[in-house]
Amino acid sequence: MLEIAGRSFVSRLILGTGGFRNLEVMAEAARESGAELATVAMRRVDPTARGSIVDVLEENGLEILPNTAGCFTARDAVTTAKLAREALGGEWVKLEVIGDDRTLLPDPAELLEAAEILVADGFTVLPYTSDDPVLARRLEDVGCAAVMPLGSPIGSGMGINNAYNLRLIIEAARVPVILDAGIGTASDAALAMEAGCDAVLLASAISRAADPPAMARAMRKAVEAGVEARRAGRIPRRHYARASSPEEGLAELERAEPSAPAT
Amino acid sequence: MTAVTVNGEPHELPADATVEMAVRELGAPERGVAVALDGEVVPRGDWASTRVHDGQQVEVLRAVQGGS
Repeated sequence: MLEIAGRSFVSRLILGTGGFRNLEVMAEAARESGAELATVAMRRVDPTARGSIVDVLEENGLEILPNTAGCFTARDAVTTAKLAREALGGEWVKLEVIGDDRTLLPDPAELLEAAEILVADGFTVLPYTSDDPVLARRLEDVGCAAVMPLGSPIGSGMGINNAYNLRLIIEAARVPVILDAGIGTASDAALAMEAGCDAVLLASAISRAADPPAMARAMRKAVEAGVEARRAGRIPRRHYARASSPEEGLAELERAEPSAPAT
Repeated sequence: MTAVTVNGEPHELPADATVEMAVRELGAPERGVAVALDGEVVPRGDWASTRVHDGQQVEVLRAVQGGS
């Protein structure tokens, strides 16, 4: 079970809802993924828009986790989190404070400031962070309920770029570590879980796949496989081969010098 | 009249306009939305009693597909 801030989840896959062609495809992918939590963004009301993402997610048994996507300052992120609390009635927020347009990497200073303010205001804060172990520790120290390091930039599909840093974060963390951003395909998700992550958050890897529901199913299996493989305990890496069959009892099949046939 | 900006568009509201009227003006649903007035959150319970004044900015937000 995944435990975040005293809440338990069977699924270790959190679904980001960005990038799906429409709500129908999103709903099907959500069902296939087995996710119990899904992130949503806060944007201006469009009175002409049809269908409510909140209704669709709830009908499919998912809980809503609002994010602060698109915020570049602590102030904007804090206000957006408060608006999400007003609109949706929950205290949980996936905190994102972006520092760079091109890479969408987090702004560490603004992120930490926003996290501190939101925790003090009673929020359960799940921050999207860089893969810096020191920043992850600082976020945990100010009371974040989880840390969500990136594997690589949002939507890049490059997988886990700094496995060493991720390992340091996992070793030190006393809160769940949720790999957020960068996963491209199922093997990346499995690697994250094998490395010891508690969960992964996936958006583009599913929503922008050629067949999102099929990729959602693959991701679900990959996450489960990664968790089980970690529990099972992998073999150590070796430089040379190690035979898996016993040498004892090996047949002597090479014929010795043939003796002259008896006449 | 009160000239305000609602979600980036200019709107003319009556002289005694409130946040609630601004939300209605936009045609927004009242459930699942939240309002910021000049960047400060206005709780749902205060919409009817919060006046909006000339030049103020009203943002009416809701949850949408997005982000990771």
